[in-house]
Amino acid sequence: MNIGLDEITETVRMVQMENLDIRTVTIGIDLKDCADADFPAMQTRVYNKIVNYAKNLKPYAEQVEKEYGVPIINKRIAVTPISELLGNATREQAIELAKTLDKAAADIGVDFIGGYSALVHKGVTKGDQVLLDSLAEALTVTDRVCASISVATTRTGINMDVVKQMGTIIKEASENTRDQDGIACAKLVVFSNPVEDNPFMAGAFHGTGEGDAVLNVGVSGPGVVLNALKKHPEADLGEVSQVIKKTVFKITRAGELVGRAVADQLDVPFGILDLSLAPTNALNDSVAEILEEIGVERVGTHGTIAALALMNDAVKKGGAMASSYVGGLSGAFIPVSEDNGMIQGVNDGSLTLPKLEAMTCVCSVGLDMIALSGEASAETLSGIIADEAAIGMINKKTTAVRVIPVPDKEEGAMVEFGGLLGRAPVMAVNPFSSEGFVNRGGRIPAPLQSLIN
Amino acid sequence: MENRRAVVSVLGKDQVGIIAKVTTVLSEKQINVLDINQTIVEDFFTMMMIVDVTQIEDLDSVRQTLNEIGENLGVKINLQLEEVFQAMHRI
Repeated sequence: MNIGLDEITETVRMVQMENLDIRTVTIGIDLKDCADADFPAMQTRVYNKIVNYAKNLKPYAEQVEKEYGVPIINKRIAVTPISELLGNATREQAIELAKTLDKAAADIGVDFIGGYSALVHKGVTKGDQVLLDSLAEALTVTDRVCASISVATTRTGINMDVVKQMGTIIKEASENTRDQDGIACAKLVVFSNPVEDNPFMAGAFHGTGEGDAVLNVGVSGPGVVLNALKKHPEADLGEVSQVIKKTVFKITRAGELVGRAVADQLDVPFGILDLSLAPTNALNDSVAEILEEIGVERVGTHGTIAALALMNDAVKKGGAMASSYVGGLSGAFIPVSEDNGMIQGVNDGSLTLPKLEAMTCVCSVGLDMIALSGEASAETLSGIIADEAAIGMINKKTTAVRVIPVPDKEEGAMVEFGGLLGRAPVMAVNPFSSEGFVNRGGRIPAPLQSLIN
Repeated sequence: MENRRAVVSVLGKDQVGIIAKVTTVLSEKQINVLDINQTIVEDFFTMMMIVDVTQIEDLDSVRQTLNEIGENLGVKINLQLEEVFQAMHRI
């Protein structure tokens, strides 16, 4: 079937002017067969397996990118949660393994490798505890390793003992990288209901239900959606939803095509397509600006959550119609430091931490890339994590916390993380203590799935 | 082998010789033009060609040559496999 001139120009415009891109192709690699009581042997096997599967990721992705004329921004690796390999290893050995992952990523030429992870939403194994103990230092001595910890699920409840530890670990990671404004924390995600096939960093890991290797694709394009909406200033909200769905449908189709081409080249199965509106600091590549285009004067004001809910749902519907294998997180991300509109919302006093928390009830993921005042205590951080985990647990959705308490910085200061991580205004935390609650420990029981009002 | 088709799109300010220069490159590279379509809206030139690249191994060198011409003329020339447009605009 012939393609019309207007359709060709639409696609070219989306790529060249509106930042349509494949945000990431992420190869998931199972490492369980690398486990070995001999630790150095295990390190070698881990390194070799990763390099063996992923060595061509970058050149192949770049080739496909050229052939189809759709840019692929990031090439990344996700591995089996490392705690599953640790067994009797010591804390020092765990850190060595993190360095092995870091080296493999560097040698392959990818910017992030995810999976320095533990799933401890119910209980903690010996290996899990070693990983938790090593976490702050492992994130300090490596550049590319990303970590994620699952502390809650809808079916298990919230493991508050680990939530308590996480507050301390985040604080420690921040102190360790004090001279870089606590950047180690930007590589650590605390999850409720994590997904096993998420291609987006820092929360990517290769879940236990996955095969030996798989290619998952993350597609984005807030700029494309924003531009589509700009053409319909008078549309009612039903029509707004329709415009978003149609646009997302096209983005998803392009993403699946490109993702499958890369998977074919690498000779690994295509896993899922994660359609997430993930902002960047590029001009107009902002989720906040979409909400403002829908009609809220500044992101964070009254109506923001309704607009976000509408947008997130339309994104999912468009994506689900376009591809049979939509998975991962699919929805909209609201990282503050990576979205110029969000930054402006905070600076203008419109967007606050409590509002961001509320927004996470209706969009994918959670409190993401938020710089907090250095005064935030470990218990306060644990309290923030517990709140977010509860939102995820009760709403049967993924939520996450990736916050950076910035040493010596107070509310209103601006922190530059550099590169993809962007810059963020430091936000204040509630000055009252959460200590009593957090120190009780134990597990918050799994919630009822009926009587749902 | 199945036919492999690509879309050459040219966007920019209209001027003499755009089509001539692009088709010269394509013929030098032994690329057959299957369809051509162009329009001008307020001096803004838009052209697309569907070309047969079944026999072309090194698409990248074609793309580079077209890019150079595009830069000289001050227009944007893209070469993309046709599937991406089919995927986005056809079910």
